[in-house]
Amino acid sequence: MTAIAPVPRLVDQFERGLDAPICLTWELTYACNLSCVHCLSSSGKRDPGELTTRQCMDIIDELERMQVFYVNIGGGEPTVRSDFWELVDYATAHHVGVKFSTNGVRITPEVAAKLAASDYVDVQISLDGATADVNDAVRGPGSFAMATRALDNLRAAGFRDAKISVVVTRHNVGQLDEFKALADSYGATLRITRLRPSGRGADVWDELHPTAAQQVELYDWLVAHGEGVLTGDSFFHLSGLGEPGALAGLNLCGAGRVVCLIDPVGDVYACPFAIHDTFLAGNILRDNGFQHVWQNSELFCELREPQSAGACGSCGHYDACRGGCMAAKFFTGLPLDGPDPECVQGYGESALAADRDKPKPSVDHSRSGGRTPKGPVPLTLLSAPPKKFCNESPV
Amino acid sequence: MSAPAVTFDPDRQWRLHAQVAVRPEPFGALLYHFGTRKLSFLKNRTIVEVITSLTDHPDARSACRAAGIDETQMTPYLHALGVLVASNMLVPGEG
Repeated sequence: MTAIAPVPRLVDQFERGLDAPICLTWELTYACNLSCVHCLSSSGKRDPGELTTRQCMDIIDELERMQVFYVNIGGGEPTVRSDFWELVDYATAHHVGVKFSTNGVRITPEVAAKLAASDYVDVQISLDGATADVNDAVRGPGSFAMATRALDNLRAAGFRDAKISVVVTRHNVGQLDEFKALADSYGATLRITRLRPSGRGADVWDELHPTAAQQVELYDWLVAHGEGVLTGDSFFHLSGLGEPGALAGLNLCGAGRVVCLIDPVGDVYACPFAIHDTFLAGNILRDNGFQHVWQNSELFCELREPQSAGACGSCGHYDACRGGCMAAKFFTGLPLDGPDPECVQGYGESALAADRDKPKPSVDHSRSGGRTPKGPVPLTLLSAPPKKFCNESPV
Repeated sequence: MSAPAVTFDPDRQWRLHAQVAVRPEPFGALLYHFGTRKLSFLKNRTIVEVITSLTDHPDARSACRAAGIDETQMTPYLHALGVLVASNMLVPGEG
């Protein structure tokens, strides 16, 4: 009578997928004032097919019905959409919390004051160096000053617990303590995530991804700092470096099972790091809405089936890392049922040394000519989407 | 987003914080607190029943008993409720 019905482990439940994502990433625009060398969505120019305000609101209504508690809004630079604040207000009024990532370009004192007054909005400022030289080499000239100005404004407005979001690279992994001190000085929380070879990241991954020795350094730092630092559970490929459970968080790939990505034109991908036709589940506008795509897409159903351990099957660490990150393997041209390129047992390194074909990007909104040497490009707000790519001036 | 200054007492009434949403799942439920932005997992359906019926009972212990939890099984459930009080998911009830 009182027996507790046996339930599978949470991780096993999650591997089979949920009726609705726990959270999802929603990139509102491909337009961006910066052109970070590792941009995972190859952002720059706005796409002419980006969702309208009304279409975005319809999606929010659907997320509310599905009880998706919050969305991580990104881009591009989401705040350059002229309806950005309207959409944030609409989402929070409909019980969909918002956490948005920004380079800080629009976080003026006025905006900071508005944000400080809301309980439902969380702000994440991207910073990839604890010093301007390290940051700006990746994110562009002036971007460190832009981000810290935004943090200054948030602090002055009394905004509590902003997040500072860092992608760990070969050049900033030695700055983890400095990042932590910087976050502490702003009353902010540090969030560090893994560099993926996605989008333009594919072009710089070989030079920027942490070395094997640095991965160990990173792992030890993460274990020492535990729950006080957020990671988006992105370092599960390192779990084999220590005892099971030493790394805080749920260590599994949630792609298509508990997370996904909605891109600016309503395409749904398995995860934010997998913007490629191979991981495209469907389109919200053409395929009967988000819920339909989430619950019925062939790709997602496949991802929710038990996955083959493949070449990793005989490795004693497979239970810990589950073969690592699907997107990292895909974009470095490694087989999906083999080791992660940053496999802590070193199997990735030998796989990378063998012949491999890196997939060509299927979506790219980069501005031509790469980084402008003079610094961030001032973007003007667009009230209507451009008719074609070439109708839109990026400056 | 005030810090919880209360400790869990199983002999009084508790309720879900007004900013907490419950999403039923096959394994139990997800709890999300819009104020603290914390997510919690309820890992079986019995605890979900307890959480969602807390205000139907004068105290937490009776809510557990009504959900079919006998004294010998009470400890983990009371512990779970204590964890939810500490994270401000549960707050003192009116009763």
